Order: sequence, then C-alpha cells, then structure tokens
Amino acid sequence: MTPETLRARIVSVLGSEQIFTDLLARKAIGTRIVSAMSGGVDSSVATAVLRAAGFDVLGVSMRLGTSAPRASGHSGCCSLDDFDDARRVSARLEVPHYIVDLRNLFEKKVIVPFVETYLAGCTPNPCTLCNRDVKFDAFWEYARTAGADAVATGHYCRIVSGETGLELHTGRDADKDQSYFLFTLQKAELARTLFPIGDLEKGAVRELARALELPVADKPESQDICFVAGRSYADVVEERAGRERIRRGALVDGSGHRVGEHSGVHHFTIGQRKGLPGGASEKQYVTAIDGASGEVRLGPAADLQRSSLVVEDVSWTEDLHDGPAQVRLRHRQKLLPCRLHSRGETVEVELLEEARSVSPGQAAVWYAGSRVLGGGWISAL
Amino acid sequence: MYLDHNAGGRIRTEVAAAITEWLQAPTANPSSLHAAGRRARDAMEAARDEVAALLRAEPAEIVFTGSGSEANGLAILGTLGAGQRAVSTPIEHASVLRNLAVASEGGAQVEWLDPDPKGNISATAAVDRARGARLLSMGWANGEIGTIQPVPVVASGIAELPAAERPLLHSDAVQAAGLEEIDVGAVAVDLLSLSGHKLGAPAGVGALFVRRGVELTAQLHGGSQERERRAGTENLLGIIGFGVAAKLAGQGREARKAKVTELRNRLWEGLSARVSGIRRIGDSAGLAGTLAISFAGLRGDALIVALDSVGVAASTGSACAAGAPEPSPVLLALGHDENSARSVVRFSIGSDLDSAAIDHAIDAIVAVVARAREGDI
Repeated sequence: MTPETLRARIVSVLGSEQIFTDLLARKAIGTRIVSAMSGGVDSSVATAVLRAAGFDVLGVSMRLGTSAPRASGHSGCCSLDDFDDARRVSARLEVPHYIVDLRNLFEKKVIVPFVETYLAGCTPNPCTLCNRDVKFDAFWEYARTAGADAVATGHYCRIVSGETGLELHTGRDADKDQSYFLFTLQKAELARTLFPIGDLEKGAVRELARALELPVADKPESQDICFVAGRSYADVVEERAGRERIRRGALVDGSGHRVGEHSGVHHFTIGQRKGLPGGASEKQYVTAIDGASGEVRLGPAADLQRSSLVVEDVSWTEDLHDGPAQVRLRHRQKLLPCRLHSRGETVEVELLEEARSVSPGQAAVWYAGSRVLGGGWISAL
Repeated sequence: MYLDHNAGGRIRTEVAAAITEWLQAPTANPSSLHAAGRRARDAMEAARDEVAALLRAEPAEIVFTGSGSEANGLAILGTLGAGQRAVSTPIEHASVLRNLAVASEGGAQVEWLDPDPKGNISATAAVDRARGARLLSMGWANGEIGTIQPVPVVASGIAELPAAERPLLHSDAVQAAGLEEIDVGAVAVDLLSLSGHKLGAPAGVGALFVRRGVELTAQLHGGSQERERRAGTENLLGIIGFGVAAKLAGQGREARKAKVTELRNRLWEGLSARVSGIRRIGDSAGLAGTLAISFAGLRGDALIVALDSVGVAASTGSACAAGAPEPSPVLLALGHDENSARSVVRFSIGSDLDSAAIDHAIDAIVAVVARAREGDI
C-alpha cells in the first residue's frame, strides 16, 4: 500500500490527523527509521503509521531466543511464525524487512541476569534490561550502521516536547502503558526514538490493523516474558542454572522458627501467598528471602508494609534528584506519592503512603504525573 | 549493483531461451515410452552430456539432483556408513557439515583438518589423515572467503596410497565450477558436487559426479530414475537450463576468470585506498570474483542493509538461519571471535558486471561506511 492510501485509512479510523501532526513535530529526527517488528499487532501498526507519515522505513525483527515454530508450544516472540508475520506485514506495507541475530547478547544481558537474580532471592525485571541493553543499545547500533536516523518501537509510551526538552510520558492507554520498563531512557535516547502508537488506545490499534488489512490484526497478545512463554519461571531458572545451584532451604515464621522446607528460593517473591504451608492463625505471606542462606521468611500482611526503600543503579531521565514525586514499584501498579532523597549512588525513597510487597530486583520508577523522571533497582537493603 | 554472485547469479539469456522453448512444447515425463516422453528423455540426456563435458566426465557418471546441497548430502550419506571414518574441514558449506553430522549421529566417525588463518588446508596433512578412512570431503573453493584448496594434489596423494587404504575423495565444487578448471579425467576425485544456479541456470537443479565403479546408496527412494541413484521425476526444465549453462560455463572460462579477477582487484584496490580499518579475509590468490572484507567495529549484516537501500547487493556470506545472518562458522573456524566474524561482508562478482559498475559500488560502499562510522571517535 502506498503511504497515501495508508494515511487515508488511518485518518478515517482515528477521525483526525493528530497522529501525523505529532510525528511531524519530530521531523528533526531525520528521514530513515528502523522499526522494530516483533510480528505482533502493536509494532505492525507502528510501522504502518511511520510509513503513512512519509518516513523511509525499514522493518527489522530481532532474533533473541530460539526460533522454534509456534506449533512446538512456544508462544513468545521470535518464533519462525512471528518472523513470517513481520515479513508479511512488511510486504503489505511495502517496507523492506530484515532480521538481526542478537541471541548471544540477549542471553548475556537478559537471560543470565534473570536467572542470577532469582537465585539471589530477588525478583528480576528482564524487560527493562532488554530495553536498556538490547533494543535501545545494540539494536540502535545496528540500525545506525544500517543508515537509520532513529528507531521506532510499538511501546505504549509517549515522547513529548516539554520545558526540559524531550520528555518520556506514560502511554495514553493506562492499561497498556509500558513506561515502567523504559525508565533507563535518557534525553539522548529519546532524541533518536519514536513511539508511533503511544497516543493510541489498544482498541484503536487493533481497529487500525483491521482497516489496513494487516495479517496480524487478530493475533493474540503475548502474555508473558518472551523467553519464558508457556513455562514457569522456576522451570527456566532450573533449566539454566542446573540442579546444583538451586538454593533450597527453610521456611521460617516471623520469630525465626522453622515451619517447613522449600525446593529453592527462586519459587518465591515478596508478598506471595501461593504454595505456602497452611495452619497459621493469620494469612501468611513471603516477607523476606535470603538468597545466601536460602531462608524464606513468612509473616502476616502487616509485615509487608514498607515506608521507605533504597534504590540503586539509578538513571535520570529528568534532572530532578530530590523532592516530591510519585513512584511505581511494579508494572501496572498505581502511583504512590513519595519523596526522593539522593544519597550519592543511591536514592532513598520515602513513601508517603505505605506500600505493600516491595521486591528487591524490581525497578522503582519515579513520575511527576504522566512524566517519567527516572528510576533504579530496588535494593535488598 | 549485484555483488552477490556466489549466492546465485542471473539466469543466462541462452538458458532462459532454451527453457522458454520447452515451456511451449508439449511436455512429458522423461520416463514415458511414447514419443513425447522420448523427446523429453533426449533433451535431458543432451543436458547430461553438457554437464559431463564441463567436467570431462562420462554422461553416465552424472546424477541430477535438486540442488548442490542435495548433491553434497548424497555424496556423504550415500557412501559413509556406521563405523566408518570420514575426514573433512570445518570450512565446508553447511550442507557438507550438516550431512557429516547426520552421518556421525548414525555411527560414523568424523575428523577435521585444521585450516591456516587464510583458510588453506595442507594437502599432505589431508592425505595423511585420510589414509584408511572411507571418505575425504574437501571443497574445491570456499564461497565465503574464496580460498581454493589443493584438491588435485590431494587426489594424486591419495592415488599413491595402497589400494586398501585409499579413501573416496569428494569435492564440493559448486563455487569453483565455471571459474576453475575441473577435469575429472586428470584429477582423481570420486565424487564432485555442482549447482545449476551458480552457473546461470534456475535454482532447483544440481548434479553429483559419481565416478564409475563407486558404490552409492540412494537417499531418495521410490523410482528408478538416475540409474536408481535418485528417485523422483526429473526437473526437466531445470536440467535443460543446466545443460545450456554448463556448456556456456565451459566456453571462455579463462577469459571470464580474468575479467572477474580484474573486477575483484579493482574493487579491493578502490576500497583499500579510501576506507580505513578494513582487512581482506582469505587468500588473495583465491576464487576469482570473491572478496571478503572485515570492516573493523561494524556489523556486516547492518552494512548489507545500508548497501541494499542504495542498490548494492552483497551478503555476509554465511548461512541465514531463520532469516538472520549468524556469525559465520567458517570465520569462527579460522579463529575470528564473534564480533570479528560479524564484521565481514562478502562481495562476489559475476562476469556480467563492468568496471563502471564496480566504481559505482566503491562510491556507495565508501559512503555507507563513512555514515556508519560518523560519531565514532
């Protein structure tokens, strides 16, 4: 389809030119855009929007994991079927399509840390690592060498021109917002990035895919971490780490008395209730995990309440290191009012409303309303 | 500018004409006894004569296959059994490596010869190691880096071994045919693979030379075609095209080799004068038309995308698994690490190009590399 046809159909669905006006506001970014295509509906529509806006678009799919056909039960991304889907969408959009092999990097930067974090008794956040080290670093380098001025993805996030320059904001669709996974992006990265569908609701994205007759219009959402797809996290950890590295240990109650055994700290996350022994007078939750000793501590809901936390390996999108803000401590969680206290390499987050289930290894991301200020990793301290 | 000849070049005009003529004729199965079948059979045998003539083989020694890869598989799996030993090199085409792995899973023992950093294999080492083995498989020329192996010297060495200790010698000559002289009357190979589309025929047809007297077990069953060595109705149109392409490949070979060598040298000289941080991979005396270059610090697969958008077709040279170029096993076997292996782009030149096209390509490559290195300090 020509850009003109695409544009006419997009405008007829959305009822306005706004999406193109917004992209035009970023025209200083350049002309050639590499669009990251997973074969799913979001990145397919993002690619269509870019092409309709008149950019010189290349579609590139990342090969990150093993590429088994979907029939094998694999349901994440990177299957041969997903590549076929991306290729078919590209052909329909008359955009050249390529695949880049980033498996070794993905293994080293995403899968290994995922496994090690679980073994250490923490709860990993692989999507953020993938965004930081793969999509907005190695993939960008590939795109740059391929002649691109910028990369685009189908993330539900917005880049908005504001008082401090380009700002990262939550996606318009609160249910689909992915800003939590993108807090590591800084101004330099924002300046070479487009999120073409960040201002759309998921429903509109599907509607566009149908109107453009993209062959993935009715493809189901990917639900899980891509390399876990269909298995349990624990299975992935055990398969990668090997039996001998699994940290078994004791389940203890609030006063340190042994109440049972468990088959590995990687089965637990803070706040978990499932799979714990019954019999206590009050409902029991996992309140602490000690990766070194293997001890998993249980306690009542009250023990999960936290009024502050320490965040390390901090990254700032905005130059705003102290003072009032809001914080999100896991994906899709509501924003909690807080106060930030920078302490050199770390930030202490004083929670103005108590939070429950703060999991070391997860990201803490700071916002001012819809604007992302920065974030870091919740320390085990 | 099409600089990916080793992956398959254009269909030659004469080939297209011969195939078109047959497309308009009443077609038939070459195994049928009626007049139309006999005509088809005659055309197929005429093509077999041409392919045999290219190698100076007997027509009966040519088995048509569906590809060069199939010919390699038939040579290996058709001669190598459980408990037998094979010797090969780690820089063979994937179809050789993979079929040796299959044979190994089936109980054969496979040993590897070490190439030097330019990909050269020692003929003496090859003969010594293959002594007493069932099979020695050594490609005539490597399609990624262009290194030419001393197959004629190896063949003589094997011929001097006591009869009981002589291995069968197989050579994958898919990339060498049409550029290097291949005379199975002078070089005592037992099995040799060819591919039609590397010579200007359409893809979908290959051939295996099987020296008379060599026992070969069919890998496709259910028909007596190809003297019961490859079942299935023959790809008559492809074979007719292959025959014409083989005839053309044999004519003017020296002149073609000289022309593409000159173009290849022009490309290298032009680039090495204008682009810093590049290094030629493989032996400079290698296959005419083939030029593998490492671009320090850059990803070859990304350069290919950039070149594609300015109309220059090149490749990383290695197999594309799932559509994504992987670090080349050939380069890894030559001691490159992953980053170094990924920095390589292979340019391969056909005789349909001229020096003006090469000069355009040089300008385009210089611009693409400069753009990619912008901002790097």
